[in-house]
Amino acid sequence: MDQDIKTFTISIYTENNIGLLNRVSAIFQRRHINIESLTTSQSEIDGVNRFVIVVNITEAQAKKIVGQFEKQVEVIKAYYHTDEQTIFTESCMFKIKSALLFEEPQIQNIIKESNTRIVTVNKEFFVLEKSGRRNEIESLRRDLNVFGIMQFVRSGRIAVTKDEMKISEMLVAFNNQ
Amino acid sequence: MNTQTANNTHEVAQETIRITGSEAIIRCLLAEGVDILYGYPGGAIMPVYDELYKFRNEIHHVLTRHEQGAAHAAQGYARISGRVGVAIATSGPGATNLITGIADAQIDSTPIVCITGQVASHLLGSDAFQETDIVGISTPVTKWNHQITKSEDIPSIIAKAFYIARSGRPGPVLIDITKDAQFGELDFKYEKCTGIRSYIPIPKTNPEAVLAAAELINNAKKPLIVWGQGVILGKAENELKAIVEKTGIPAAWTILGASALPTSHPLNVGMVGMHGNYAPNKLTNECDVLIAIGMRFDDRVTGNLSTYAKQAKIVHFDIDPSEIDKNVKTDVAVIGNSKDSLAKLLPLLNENNHAAWLQEFHDLYHIEFEKVIKHDLSPTKEGLTMGEVIKQINTETNGHAAIVSDVGQHQMIACRYAQFTTTKSNITSGGLGTMGFALPAAIGAKMAAPDREVVAIIGDGGFQMNIQELGTIFQQKAAVKVVVLNNEFLGMVRQWQQLFFDKRYASTEMTNPDFIAIAKGYYMNAKRVTKREELAGAIKEMIASKEAYFLEVCVEKEDNVFPMIPSGASVSDIRLE
Repeated sequence: MDQDIKTFTISIYTENNIGLLNRVSAIFQRRHINIESLTTSQSEIDGVNRFVIVVNITEAQAKKIVGQFEKQVEVIKAYYHTDEQTIFTESCMFKIKSALLFEEPQIQNIIKESNTRIVTVNKEFFVLEKSGRRNEIESLRRDLNVFGIMQFVRSGRIAVTKDEMKISEMLVAFNNQ
Repeated sequence: MNTQTANNTHEVAQETIRITGSEAIIRCLLAEGVDILYGYPGGAIMPVYDELYKFRNEIHHVLTRHEQGAAHAAQGYARISGRVGVAIATSGPGATNLITGIADAQIDSTPIVCITGQVASHLLGSDAFQETDIVGISTPVTKWNHQITKSEDIPSIIAKAFYIARSGRPGPVLIDITKDAQFGELDFKYEKCTGIRSYIPIPKTNPEAVLAAAELINNAKKPLIVWGQGVILGKAENELKAIVEKTGIPAAWTILGASALPTSHPLNVGMVGMHGNYAPNKLTNECDVLIAIGMRFDDRVTGNLSTYAKQAKIVHFDIDPSEIDKNVKTDVAVIGNSKDSLAKLLPLLNENNHAAWLQEFHDLYHIEFEKVIKHDLSPTKEGLTMGEVIKQINTETNGHAAIVSDVGQHQMIACRYAQFTTTKSNITSGGLGTMGFALPAAIGAKMAAPDREVVAIIGDGGFQMNIQELGTIFQQKAAVKVVVLNNEFLGMVRQWQQLFFDKRYASTEMTNPDFIAIAKGYYMNAKRVTKREELAGAIKEMIASKEAYFLEVCVEKEDNVFPMIPSGASVSDIRLE
């Protein structure tokens, strides 16, 4: 079972230090694992960063790699989760010629039906933003591509887990040592 | 008493003094109990060397002849003493030359702190003279590393460096310090680091796992212990001995575990692995419970994993949770410090003796003795063997020497035949297999333990990889005994070429210089032995010498090391010839 390749979301809670990204990515590189997406941000705890990394690997690999992350001095805790165990989303932006908004009325329908938000409009271009699952974003990109996209960008996955993480408790436990 | 800062805990310190960053570095080292450091000066580390000059009566700097030598010397210092070894180098090439030693320390869990100078912070990223991204380069081979660009960060970062290097599963730490941070001033006070919130050096042992381990061990009919360096690093030698003696379980060791239990102990059944002993390798695939203590199932130990101890339940004691199930799936994992785990295990174990099972080891030993050992140790052929040299060193030192071996055939022979009586006596490059390790590591070992006899066993290939460190021996008057076993070949590679590449000896033959003339060039006592009748006398003279001594023994050119598990084969397919 744990030899099947699946999508895993790896969450790593770390200190906010220079060079840690290098340490984290080296662990993937050394094992020849391709990173599908990587996002780092502030976590729910001040001063603690969270990496959210998506990889397609076996569960056996996921277990071992999480062990390698936790071994790093500045990693507080690492986890791996399947898609079913997380709530996740990606976000994307499109830059499109403003003229098209008037020349191609379908664009307005696409925007409306897909719940896409218009971030800004000016004489030259307008900018759309949408969050959602990969397939929703992809379908929107395909729909808009017919009319011409000046720029497209999609973020990495961000995810929260259905389970509790208990990082705060761990940090409190350290402080009470 | 401890105080808490944001992420770390520290001991409370005295009041501050205003000093330069470079002086702070030296004061930090002194506060950590550093008495010797190994290094090489250069532009970006000169302010620190200036302070080393001022503090020369308090801290002894050893000028090695190459930064790689400094890193290995720090390793030798750490391995024999259990203390943190320190190496220091300048930026750029000085720093990159440390890398091999750092990688070696990482894979062999050796506590060292390396301090490198760096170009001034305003030059970082500008391709300045001797600038290199040593933090980036060393990241995959350090337990932790950090670049200091502000003088005031020096005390807390160095405190953290020593704490991380020595605690938990030890390892190398590199601290890169820009030149402006060395020149700048700070209000200095030193507080030892006692905790980091993101780092759990010794994970808590689960008492239920200890119970489960005890139950498996008590019910085993054919248990086998395989211990590794975790026993030595965890100072668990006595606990291991007590467990072995109470339960009567045969115990084998990995190359880095050697010397934790005396070689002559009746339950010590020898070395596992590619060139280990016949019995423990063969019987790995017959035991019913394999008790792994502080070892990591390296591929040189396991051979083909798919046929490794498949019949056995596996109990794995380790301080590092990431080692559990990494290579071999365990049935019971006991995470924690080996000393604590074994101490908790001992009272739960039943007294036992496994006489019939132990006899199987003796029977296989007998086969190995007849096929291999007696020819290695008491050869009847004309040429000298490496084994008889080790045997003679055992005789002259009564097994009290620390043996520092390099990498290759001589290393396997040294580890197989050295009679260890004292822990921390086998200093060798295990995981990385670094040729050139032994000569500088022996210097570090001798300086850390001047009362011990330190004998370096080196091949003619490895000797020439760091031969320049003879200069360090000479300058430091380090009474290291250097034995070069010269077969005029890169012997281990040649052995593989013979066995697996139809004797195509591609670039393994060595045309060697006159090693005696070289040693004498460094004013060392030196002797060459080419005949059996000269050997005993020469080794006696070497061991009796109060000073450094160089002994070249010209051994048989094309001897092979057996037993051998060909790579990719099963441990039970170990070959005796």
